[in-house]
Amino acid sequence: MHEDNKIILKVEEIYKRYRKEEVLRGISFEVRKGETKVIIGPSGSGKSTLLRCINQLTIPDKGQVWLEGEEVTHTKKSINQFRQKMGMVFQDFNLFDHINALGNVEIGLIRVKGMDKNRAREKAMEELKQVGLEKQAYLYPAQLSGGQKQRVSIARALVMNPSVMLFDEPTSALDPELIGEVLEVIKNLAINGMTMVVVTHEMGFARSVANEVIFIESGRIIDQGSPYKLFTNPEHERTKKFLYRITELYGKSVEER
Amino acid sequence: MIDLYFIQDVLLPPLLEGVLVTVKLIILSIPSGLILGILIAVGRVYGNKFISSLCAVYTIFFRGTPLLIQLFIIYYALPSIGIFFSPFMAAVTGFILCSGAYHSEYIRGAIQSIKTGQMMAAEALGMSRIKAVLYIILPQALRRAIPGCSNEIIYLIKYSSLAFMVTCVELTGAGKIIATRHFRYTEVFMVVGIIYLLVVSIVTKFLSMAEKKLKIPGLG
Amino acid sequence: MTENLLLVYQSLPYLLKGSIITLGLIGGALALGLIMGIPMAIGQVYGNKYVANLISLYVWFFRGLPVLVLLFLFYFGLFMFLGFNLTALTAAILVLGLRSAAYQSQIFRGSIQSVGEGQMMAARSLGMSKLKAIFYIILPQALRISIPGWSNEYSIILKDSAVTYAIGLTEILTRGNFIATRTYQPLPIFLTCAAIFLILTYGGVKLLNILEKKVKIPGYGSYSNSGKEY
Repeated sequence: MHEDNKIILKVEEIYKRYRKEEVLRGISFEVRKGETKVIIGPSGSGKSTLLRCINQLTIPDKGQVWLEGEEVTHTKKSINQFRQKMGMVFQDFNLFDHINALGNVEIGLIRVKGMDKNRAREKAMEELKQVGLEKQAYLYPAQLSGGQKQRVSIARALVMNPSVMLFDEPTSALDPELIGEVLEVIKNLAINGMTMVVVTHEMGFARSVANEVIFIESGRIIDQGSPYKLFTNPEHERTKKFLYRITELYGKSVEER
Repeated sequence: MIDLYFIQDVLLPPLLEGVLVTVKLIILSIPSGLILGILIAVGRVYGNKFISSLCAVYTIFFRGTPLLIQLFIIYYALPSIGIFFSPFMAAVTGFILCSGAYHSEYIRGAIQSIKTGQMMAAEALGMSRIKAVLYIILPQALRRAIPGCSNEIIYLIKYSSLAFMVTCVELTGAGKIIATRHFRYTEVFMVVGIIYLLVVSIVTKFLSMAEKKLKIPGLG
Repeated sequence: MTENLLLVYQSLPYLLKGSIITLGLIGGALALGLIMGIPMAIGQVYGNKYVANLISLYVWFFRGLPVLVLLFLFYFGLFMFLGFNLTALTAAILVLGLRSAAYQSQIFRGSIQSVGEGQMMAARSLGMSKLKAIFYIILPQALRISIPGWSNEYSIILKDSAVTYAIGLTEILTRGNFIATRTYQPLPIFLTCAAIFLILTYGGVKLLNILEKKVKIPGYGSYSNSGKEY
């Protein structure tokens, strides 16, 4: 029990200021093994910045991050070691345009982990199969649809065998009809026990997959709790207001699609 | 008016020798200039303040002054502080330094046109800066820089004629010598001109074929 | 070191007189290139096949040859052949000008094409003749778009002007060389010449930037950015 419920990711008192604006004002939370935390909130509330502070693509002004008990911020170790254990999926996919899908997935194994090329290729192919794209393996990013691109980018992150996956609004840049295939992949990850932090607007998805939902506004955590609690009986007025606006816009849950 | 025997017997042999020198000049200068350009561009974009400024100053000087003056400084002025170059090496050095600066500007523009997301994704995977630049940024930037760099390569082929101004006898120089000796400027330089036109056209064609081959599938 | 500085100080008047000749040369060449380049661009975009091909041939010829070869060909060869007796300056302006026309025509051609068919269609639909449409609608926009490319051409011609040393024109480099061979101090002199060129190059480009800002059409970004801001 101690093993299964260990804390994989711990975030404590993260502060970040851009020029005059304080984007994050003391964010703290924990994620245990196998949990899926979903972060919701209005645009500009700092959600993307928060994710980037976790893997130090953005350096927070104050605060600490721990991965599996080791401190990531203020560490003597190279940050690259930690990043290998944190998979990140971007809103804009950020696939490497000059290599094909298979190449995108295997490059981390070859160039970062130093894996043998043949073994890396095998693993990459496996991962592409998992997201349903083995037929598109030799296509280039520019030849893929948005949903396919995002699935490749998920495979690229997964193949590195991370301890936690960070999703930054993975479906926000997709056309509506392509959202479903990506949410499906993410849902399966959750079911299979991956530890995840997902920033999203997809309320239906949040409801069906999250262990806990965190509502952030103006850089602070306003509300947090189980999906049931947050969606049916939120404590705070602002949470209610936000959810009302969002469900107006985004409506359907994953199942209803 | 146009004396074919003259062209065949008197003109062509020295001209062909000159062509050989021109070819040697460009074969040495073009790849080196490109490599220098890549180094300067990377230094400018990713280097620390000192390196970046150094690269900037270098670029400003070599793009802001005529190639001919650079050649004169290398061949005629440097000896006064003890640095001696042969005419050929002075020309090659000048060409490499000058075209390196132009290449670096094209490559720098290309690097800066690549979305920041590419670097972010590379770093998110755990790549160090150096690896990210080498495996992700440069392969894309170099492709984008091909039109500009091809342009610069064609320029260098034409400006190789300036080697004559520091007494290295390449194609143009050979022509001038014969023309002066026989007072046949028009004919000589028409032939010289035709040779340059041919070389430039062939290389242009070759470079645009290379550009097509190296294109990333799917991208415009 | 101080003798060097003294030498530079003493040579400056002579060298700067050379800059006047250089500027005159460039001015003439750019003007000639402009006067020929714009009609050539119009001919390539809107003219018939023969006109367009003829212009392409001209462009191919003048862009395919090195400046040095063109200078030798025209100054020593063709001009004497045709019975002209030109000063080095006139010959240089003509050669650099004809060559610049080739390059400028391509700059303007690109700009005209980027103005877009829609503008031409709208103008014609109002009843304007092709000529009027070009003159009142297309060109005003195309010329503004051309400024960055043109500023590049200025910078190139400025540097090419040094090559006229080869036909004896008394511009900056020729004068510098004159002083250097007499005083046996090539380094400070040539560095001074380089400095003069640097100032002329970047000064000119800066002026053209200011011009670009002044004539900018409100609402449009700078034409020299690719427009990507993050």
